[in-house]
Amino acid sequence: MRGILALGAHLPHRRLDRRDIAAVAGGGGGRGTRTVAGYDEDATTLAVEAGRTALRPHPDAAPAALWFSTTTPTYADKTNATAVHAALRLPDHAVAADFAGAARSSVVALRAALAGGGPTLVVAADVRPGLPGSPDEAAGGDAAAALLVGEGTDALPVRAELVGAGARTEEFLDRWRTPGDARTRQWEDRFGEQRYVPLGRAALDAALAEAGLEAGDLDRVLVASPHARAARSAGRKLGVAPEVVGDDLGSTVGNPGATQPLLLLVAALEEAAPGDLIALVSLADGADALVFRATDEVAATPSARPVADQVAAGAPVEYPTYLRWRGLLATEPPRRPEPARPSASAAARSAEWKFGYVASEDRTSGAVHMPPARAAMHGGPIDDMEPRPMADATGTVVTSTIDRLAYSPSPPIVFAIVDFDGGGRVPVELTDCDAAEVGIGVRVEMTFRRLFTADGIANYFWKARPVRDADGTVVRAAAAEAG
Amino acid sequence: MGSHGIRDRVAIVGMGCTPFAEHFDKGLDDLMVEATTEALDGAGITRADADAWWVGTAQSGMSGIMLAKALQLEGAPVTRVENMCATGSEALRAASYAVASGAYDLAVAVGVEKVKDSGYQGLNAFPIPTDGTNRTLTAAAMFSMVLPAYAERYGVDPDQLRRVAARIASKNHANGAKNPKAQFRREMSVDAICDMPAVAGQLGVFDCAGVADGAAAAVVCRAEDAHRYTDSPLFVKALSLVAGNGSGLIDPSYDYTTFPEIEAAGADAYAQAGITDPRGELALAEVHDCFTPTELVLMEDLGFSARGEAWTDCEKGTFDLDGELPVNPDGGLKSFGHPVGASGLRMMYEAWLQLRREAPAERQVATVDAGRTLALTHNLGGYPGEMVSFVGIVGTEPSA
Repeated sequence: MRGILALGAHLPHRRLDRRDIAAVAGGGGGRGTRTVAGYDEDATTLAVEAGRTALRPHPDAAPAALWFSTTTPTYADKTNATAVHAALRLPDHAVAADFAGAARSSVVALRAALAGGGPTLVVAADVRPGLPGSPDEAAGGDAAAALLVGEGTDALPVRAELVGAGARTEEFLDRWRTPGDARTRQWEDRFGEQRYVPLGRAALDAALAEAGLEAGDLDRVLVASPHARAARSAGRKLGVAPEVVGDDLGSTVGNPGATQPLLLLVAALEEAAPGDLIALVSLADGADALVFRATDEVAATPSARPVADQVAAGAPVEYPTYLRWRGLLATEPPRRPEPARPSASAAARSAEWKFGYVASEDRTSGAVHMPPARAAMHGGPIDDMEPRPMADATGTVVTSTIDRLAYSPSPPIVFAIVDFDGGGRVPVELTDCDAAEVGIGVRVEMTFRRLFTADGIANYFWKARPVRDADGTVVRAAAAEAG
Repeated sequence: MGSHGIRDRVAIVGMGCTPFAEHFDKGLDDLMVEATTEALDGAGITRADADAWWVGTAQSGMSGIMLAKALQLEGAPVTRVENMCATGSEALRAASYAVASGAYDLAVAVGVEKVKDSGYQGLNAFPIPTDGTNRTLTAAAMFSMVLPAYAERYGVDPDQLRRVAARIASKNHANGAKNPKAQFRREMSVDAICDMPAVAGQLGVFDCAGVADGAAAAVVCRAEDAHRYTDSPLFVKALSLVAGNGSGLIDPSYDYTTFPEIEAAGADAYAQAGITDPRGELALAEVHDCFTPTELVLMEDLGFSARGEAWTDCEKGTFDLDGELPVNPDGGLKSFGHPVGASGLRMMYEAWLQLRREAPAERQVATVDAGRTLALTHNLGGYPGEMVSFVGIVGTEPSA
């Protein structure tokens, strides 16, 4: 049986209150919040975090393919999925490819994965663009979602099987964006609505027919679309009861483009009961409908970071800060030399460290070397080390500082010396925190980020972020442990 | 295997030092010519008399040609050395060892840096192609992490410790105010220093050494020849250098309240010089006060204070100009600024003046009059956890 084996999502730490927009932009806004990717996040780093969440409970999953979908890729010409592949430490024989550019690409990647092949990780991530005051800015959202698709095994059983699929493809102009543009343009609203709703209905009917089901059998219907009006209208006209239509997370997360269908599916599966029938309807350049049946295993491995918990977490970001992060508000750079571009050959040599955060452990003393080294720190043989993955390690701040002089895309830099549980130390930049929250004893975990961009090269590496309680409070080690 | 040193085999017989300043009107060559001319004149020699040259610069020039061209040295062996901010001391060490080896009779060490031509404030290392994973923190931030660690380990109130750091800066400003070659010649109160906005951690701008252009130079000969050049030579008692293996950055046993490279270089230097009680035997110490927490920790690493007590010693004035052991009587990096390649030799220049009683009366240390004949210079490069450290000791008297 082929279906969904594992899943996970990632929402950035920051939230923009839409009411803050009008005061600066002169219009726009609305109610609720939207997620905001940090200045050090992009579609690639968001995808890594979602992929880690999905794969972490299943270290032996070994995907044979990675399909990465985004409307906001970091690179053209160069494959973006390879950085995700490297950070997730997927096998080198695994294919990694982009399904990039269009909102529809994520559903298509999922369909391709469901159609066959080995275990396939489908990841979607978006940092939605939009000019200040625009509907896209207010309604957009930044997020990532990941689904591991494959044949079930005893170790990794299917949690939701595909029971029916339908699609409709039509060429018409609804939304478009020239690559590199900060805004998406949209045709008149009613036109798209009138095209999309029947397409969605037809696709869903086809999927239900394939599954031998009626619309009334569905326990949950998820409608995703960059066209908000069409999605709302479709929800009412698909022939299902209103209470069956799932929350589109628009009031809390916003619409994260290509990520939306996958994010809604992840959230629904995290809350599904065995036997539940879930339909995903995506309206983008046509329509796609996928009907899943949750198996008895649907709750076998509860997510460590459920979407609902992530929606409830987070911290506010001020609107001008958001604009600065997006490059929509130009501010004076620090009067320091900008960082130099990373060396391609040096980065290739250290890919296991730079992307996978794999240190080395001295076999004699057990000392952990970060970055990996050939010679042990306090003598002993050379080249007697073994790889020591550290991306999932947690640690404690030994001492810390705030650097108001160093170059950063969003100064000041919060920086700490971190000792990891079980060995290993790094001096490391902190992210997703306010400077005042950090000090000796703060517990941290690692996250994959973009440090800076130089010469068009995104310099990816790892940072630490505070571990937080459910209410957002930074977790601190007991005094004895911190010493 | 051992560090035997070259105690009393080499003497410094001439020194020179430019004012350290924003020398927008002077080039690298001007600075080298000025410092070298003063040093050669002091020793009563000409350029042609020197047998070999070492020029220390971190990034203002490449190879010995930079000095050979500036001074038009023809057919001379000239070597450029670099060891981060300890570069000036490294030049002196190379010249001294060359003379001690018997290879040359007279050698000259020159240290120089032109940092103000970068257009930036602060020091900036030139970019080396890397994988992009190296940290990009400023030195100020790296050294600022000492204060919370020290406060935590010794149970010192962080606000009180912050004032101790400011007192170190205030002391060095007061000393520098009495030095015509210092860049900053204004006294600064502890309150004024504490009131400055933070630039890194608890450190304000006045907790950081200034940035300046400058050069300094020393003429070195065999000890037995010293009195041919000057009546009052300084005998080299110890030159010690330790390059850290960087383990502090990756070893959880390192706690950021000490700099092991400095402790090791100090212990080696004291062994070379035969010193057992540095606080009681030295007339003065010129130390690398790049940031105020650095000088605090140095007092313990160099054995001037017991562990955990440097902060109270600083508060008590032990290291003031009129204290038990004057530290940075010339004003230190704090008042001079830090032309990287020149600073180590600038420190030695103060030892030269003080031990020979040539410092201006208002900052001449009383310890020399009291009969102490030894001075220490300490010069470091790098960061906590990963540094090079130099300790030199000179004295006016050859050993009995």
